[in-house]
Amino acid sequence: MSSYRWAAGYIDDGDRPKIVTSRFHLEDSYTLERYLATGGYQALRHALARTPAEVHDEVRGATVLGRGGAGFPAGTKWGLMPADKYPRYLVVNGDESEPGTYKDRLLMELDPHQLIEGSLIAAYAVGLAQVFLYIRGEMPLAHERVATALNEAYVAGYVGKNILGTDFSVDIVLHWGAGAYVVGEETALIESLEGKRGEPRLKPPYFPAAIGLYGQPTIVNNVETLSNLPWIMANGAAEYVRIGTETSPGTRMVAVSGHVERPGVFEIVNGTTTFRDLIYGDDFCRGIRNGNQLKAFVPGGGSAPWFTAEQLDLPFEGKLVGAAGSMLGSGAIMVMDHTTDIPAAALTLTRFYAHESCGQCTPCREGGTWLERVLQRVVDGRGTSADLAQMKEIGTSICPGEFPHASSSRHGLDATPFPYKMTTICFVGPSAYAPVHSALTLFPEEFAARVRDRVQIPVTAVQ
Amino acid sequence: MSDTVKPTETTPQVASDPDAVSITVNGVEHAARKGQLLIDALADAGEYVPRFCYHERLSPVGKCRMCLVECDTGRGPAITVSCMVPVAPGMKVDTQGETTKRMQEGVLELFLANHPLDCPVCDKGGECPLQDQAVSHGPGESRYLEEKRHFEKPIAVSDLVYLDRERCILCDRCTRFADEVGSDALIHFAGRGNNTYITTFPDQPFASYFSGNTVQICPVGALTARPYRFKARPWDLRQQESTCTTCAVGCRIAVQSSHDEVLRHLGVDSDPVNHGWLCDRGRFNYEQLHSADRVLQPLVRAGDDLLPATWSEALAEAATALGAAKAAGGAGSIAVLGGARGTNEDAYAWARLAHEVIGTPNVYAQMGDGLPADLLVLERATIDEAAAASTVVLIGPDLKEELPVLYLRLREAAVKGRTRLLEFTPKLSGLSTVAWRSIAYEPGTLTAAIDTALADDQIAAQLASGPVVVVAGRANLAESSTATVQAVRTVLAKVPGSTVLPAFRRGNVIGALQVGMRPTEGGLDTRGVLQAAADGGIECLVLLGADPVADFPDADLARRALAGARRVIAVDTFLTASSAQADVVLAACAFAEKAGTTTNIEGRVSPVARQVTPAGSTRPDWMIAVELAEALGGDLGYDDVGQITADIAENVDGYTRVTPEALSAAADGVVAYAPTGIGPVALLAGEAPARSSYDFRLIVSRTLYDQAEGTAHSPSLAHLTTATTVHVNPLDLGRIGTTDGATVKLTSSKASVVCTITGDESVLRGTAWMPFRHPGVDPRELIDCFAHTTDLRIENP
Amino acid sequence: MSRFNDDNLRLAKEIIGRYPKARSATIPLLHLAQQQEGHLSDEAMAHVAELVGATPAEVLGTASFYEMFKFEPVGRYLINICGTMSCALGGSDELLAHAEKVLGVKVGGTTADGLFTLERAECQAACTEAPNMQVNYRHCHRMTNELFDRLVDDLRSGRRDGDIPAHGTLARVRQQIPAERAVGPAALDDRGAPAWLPAKEVGG
Ligand SMILES: Cc1cc2nc3c(=O)[nH]c(=O)nc-3n(C[C@H](O)[C@H](O)[C@H](O)COP(=O)(O)O)c2cc1C
Ligand code: SF4
Ligand code: FES
Repeated sequence: MSSYRWAAGYIDDGDRPKIVTSRFHLEDSYTLERYLATGGYQALRHALARTPAEVHDEVRGATVLGRGGAGFPAGTKWGLMPADKYPRYLVVNGDESEPGTYKDRLLMELDPHQLIEGSLIAAYAVGLAQVFLYIRGEMPLAHERVATALNEAYVAGYVGKNILGTDFSVDIVLHWGAGAYVVGEETALIESLEGKRGEPRLKPPYFPAAIGLYGQPTIVNNVETLSNLPWIMANGAAEYVRIGTETSPGTRMVAVSGHVERPGVFEIVNGTTTFRDLIYGDDFCRGIRNGNQLKAFVPGGGSAPWFTAEQLDLPFEGKLVGAAGSMLGSGAIMVMDHTTDIPAAALTLTRFYAHESCGQCTPCREGGTWLERVLQRVVDGRGTSADLAQMKEIGTSICPGEFPHASSSRHGLDATPFPYKMTTICFVGPSAYAPVHSALTLFPEEFAARVRDRVQIPVTAVQ
Repeated sequence: MSDTVKPTETTPQVASDPDAVSITVNGVEHAARKGQLLIDALADAGEYVPRFCYHERLSPVGKCRMCLVECDTGRGPAITVSCMVPVAPGMKVDTQGETTKRMQEGVLELFLANHPLDCPVCDKGGECPLQDQAVSHGPGESRYLEEKRHFEKPIAVSDLVYLDRERCILCDRCTRFADEVGSDALIHFAGRGNNTYITTFPDQPFASYFSGNTVQICPVGALTARPYRFKARPWDLRQQESTCTTCAVGCRIAVQSSHDEVLRHLGVDSDPVNHGWLCDRGRFNYEQLHSADRVLQPLVRAGDDLLPATWSEALAEAATALGAAKAAGGAGSIAVLGGARGTNEDAYAWARLAHEVIGTPNVYAQMGDGLPADLLVLERATIDEAAAASTVVLIGPDLKEELPVLYLRLREAAVKGRTRLLEFTPKLSGLSTVAWRSIAYEPGTLTAAIDTALADDQIAAQLASGPVVVVAGRANLAESSTATVQAVRTVLAKVPGSTVLPAFRRGNVIGALQVGMRPTEGGLDTRGVLQAAADGGIECLVLLGADPVADFPDADLARRALAGARRVIAVDTFLTASSAQADVVLAACAFAEKAGTTTNIEGRVSPVARQVTPAGSTRPDWMIAVELAEALGGDLGYDDVGQITADIAENVDGYTRVTPEALSAAADGVVAYAPTGIGPVALLAGEAPARSSYDFRLIVSRTLYDQAEGTAHSPSLAHLTTATTVHVNPLDLGRIGTTDGATVKLTSSKASVVCTITGDESVLRGTAWMPFRHPGVDPRELIDCFAHTTDLRIENP
Repeated sequence: MSRFNDDNLRLAKEIIGRYPKARSATIPLLHLAQQQEGHLSDEAMAHVAELVGATPAEVLGTASFYEMFKFEPVGRYLINICGTMSCALGGSDELLAHAEKVLGVKVGGTTADGLFTLERAECQAACTEAPNMQVNYRHCHRMTNELFDRLVDDLRSGRRDGDIPAHGTLARVRQQIPAERAVGPAALDDRGAPAWLPAKEVGG
């Protein structure tokens, strides 16, 4: 292999509990042999020794918050399926594409059997007829690793007919995506899995648990969510909730990227680790690159309203972060130092969401692109102050009412809590506006200077 | 708004509705209906919520976001998609509040962002929901300064429909229509996000029989109809509700004209009949009205020529001919054929003229291509009943080709799982793919196929599971109607209580038969008349909009009949193959030039409107009858069409309720009960012979676009008819020793013709299908109307 | 081409057999067609439509929704440079400019030798490794101008043939479900709970 870097990005530093990344340091972590040698598929045996209802209760007791973005507890979600309606399906959401998010790919590439075992536990607990493992198209290595793992697991009797000699039988079908961020949204994922355009469905009435794949009850769970299940089955819910806080038990995978000394993916203790720990801690990112100043950071994936240094001491806990005007989303932190051109940085996200709009609902389809164009003009130094007002108008058409943002002592602002009202079907529309709103709210002077001075600054300023 | 033309509503509000759900609309209580969508409940409450994607006849998708309102279901006001959410008790809706207004303005502004605003040159300008709602609910101006989306300007997505993508607002109406209703998902979204656009697949046009509906429901001018493009501005149009008489479904339409010229038909949403839909033939064949080939004044024969005459000359000539005929052969030597293309009033006046004034029993409205009239005496089902039955037994033609909107209704019933279709067909039909069971039979074996099917446990259980409606029509013009009649009788005997929906095709054939255009005691049907004429027994043949030379299944007999009839009088709009041979041609008004009523397959009678001045000096058929009666010394006693409508109600079996008052009060027409006075018609004796294994059994049936006068004289439709080829199963091509597209020789007991051959998987092995009245080879040359079936030898020429 | 060759047709039918409804196999089959041909032709889409029971317009509608399907031939190597926030903060604009210069094409263009197509892409789930790019979707982390030049050389000289197949081949390992181990899709009108789920626990 040539000498350029193929680094995985995962960093294991310090003495933290490991639930989903325990095998990441092993060269052959993804093989069945290694998996079995490190306790793999024992959790499945534990599960099969119990009744499905007991397994479900164990998962419910662990309060595994969904890691796909919405943070809804998995056990509770499983319980929402209507009784007596079969067949039911599990769709594993491996479409990871939220800007800044980088964890599911690692889980699929480095520990595919853990995901398979987690899926089997879910299937057993609630009586699922089939599992579809939807992997983002632009991840061929994850495909190869998961396909290999499935092939091994089928032959070894862990997947398919009469698993481990019991009457528990379930197929896991590996499905391929083809490049569309919005398909990560669970109802769009289902449409896509039905062979259609990945357009989100309306909720109500299309809550997947009730009306999902082929109109049948369907559970959609994130890769990381399911990867937690083997550990929970092996060690018990009680052990699990001992880690983290009551409202946010267990661990979480978080990717910290941008202008930090040591960007990386970490498994952190949920609910207690603060943003300051993550950005400045020795075990984590070790501060802003080149000793620079922190200007702003996106705390939960590209859709999340931005924070500044004032919010650094917030812990990684959903409710607190929501009250502070943002969200945790998919565990993705993007850090901007003081050299960052804020309008240009916002543009990279707005352009993303405009580009990824599915196009079915008007405010997102038209509003996203309009925002992008106006912002581009402002960034290019061709904007006017009317353009700044216009961006807020477009934002209000997408999100009528207050839009969440962080408190800012510089501007005498109190936080407006998450979430917002929206005129769109899904969150892509508002996501195009979130960075614009944050940037305009927290850094109005950069926009004022831009429209007045008509200067052009590259996205990454010289260091 | 043009996309949802509503029938004139006259039903009063019911006060105490057990299904009422109480909601509050802008502070005022309103009784909504259980299960009703909020958007409809709000409209009922007088609050019209703007909308683009929502359409009452399509499943709601909630995509355009125009209908958002603030609604409180007890947890505080929330943004609610009123087209997706059913009403719930206690809902408090605010359609006037700040948030709602801001959302409406915002969404409208976003709609207009990329819309070209070329209203002055857009067909939709003046009747455009986007334009209207931009004015009523919009911000008043657009602040969009960016470059708009650009697409290639109008592209033809089919022969009839143009697409201008720049105007498209991606409401998903045309695409949903094509997928859900029309069954042809040939037009679809492509691309993503701001680059989403509507498209067809390369080389696969939106060739749907129902494409015109998408033009009607498009909320902007993105889809336009080629026949109407740039013809008129909406404010110049006058319109009246009427009923389409192209086929016997009787779809409700709005006929629109400008400067005394019919320019457009729109579907009217009649709940029991067409749900607002039309087929393209019915929608566009108004073009025939303005054809240069119309007969504009009476013609009288002088040697080889038909020369223009005055009405008094022509009527005198006709009266002389009838008088001479009567003198020569008695009233029984006179026959009147036709009447199915006109109104009930036309048919009734002519039936009285024939039976009472002339005194002949030889009167018939069918052209030997339907089923015997006595089928009408059976307990009748409505379209709604068929679409709600647990089983529909289909014994008849491909409804998609012959009764297109009935096809849509039954398809919807099948797709939505309400109704199971048990189809018997000699060739795969438009409904085969959605049928619960599609049983293909070889002509001559239908009764046996039915016997076998009814003996099947599953089928028997299905038939016993609830109401059964038999849809019966003539599936094959090369097979005697006896087969179908026997089949219907078999089903009725085995499944007592089932009702029948007759799939008769020609516009007002049922009305004509019911009001009297049928033989009386000892009279002949059409085949009998033609046989008698060929044998020299008819002194005068009157053709009332009838064209046996082109329409009667046995071409040879029809030709000989016209040659053999001593005198021929034709009442017609065009010089057809038959009327061109007449001695006197009485120039008739066409649809939209005369008022009256028409009866559909259910027996539903609804009005036909006079929207434009009759062309030339043409007159309605009924008036010609009145005048001819007078010339013959009789008096029908009518000088106004309304008198005839009243007379029908008074005198015609089953029409008692169909009074002019009842008709003007009921938006959906009045159903006439089946008359009892139609006697059974003799069936062909004996059994169909078995087919020799060298032969192919012939099937001849209609397609939607054929060379019928109306279609042939409507330029937009005329070219959609393809040349006749003989279709056989691809596996049979080898047996014949030929290939797809080659020329073969077809030989029946009657004649031999040379024709191109096509491999077609919808055709059973051992059978051969040919379309009826297509250009080129005429399959009727091969048919013997006195035989049960027609067998062909197919060989290399 | 056009339609599937015999091997791929067999594979296509096997894939279809895994789903309760054939149409679910649309995207996997489109990938398979793209693997056979390098891009999607109209004939290929029509064949997929035939196999999954959809109209060609519906298949085109699906295919054109997704970034990875190409309707015109692209280079043997599709180079996607990520431009979303983390990579932009890490200097992806400079990398893209460099790539344009080295390859002599603008974004969206294909080199004259048909070897490279250059595109600007969105977030590739490698945000900590900025700037990131992909070659035929194989990740290349923390790219510099020098690494880019070396990569292009390696690709040109075929030194990467072992781990980077030509555009269209997504994964070189496919899922294989041994017939004797397969459960098969449950019929959609099968209303019964699965065998291992005691009736009393239904509903969870
Ligand atoms: C626009 C959008 C994109 C999303 N993308 C992803 C994604 O890439 N991966 C994911 O697991 N969840 C994603 N989600 C969240 C899913 O809709 C869903 O909540 C999640 O997969 C459920 O799994 P969990 O309960 O295990 O978190 C997205 C949601 C939205 C609105
Ligand atoms: S918000 Fe955007 S991505 Fe979401 S459904 Fe609407 S158009 Fe599609
Ligand atoms: S009319 Fe309700 S969203 Fe379009």
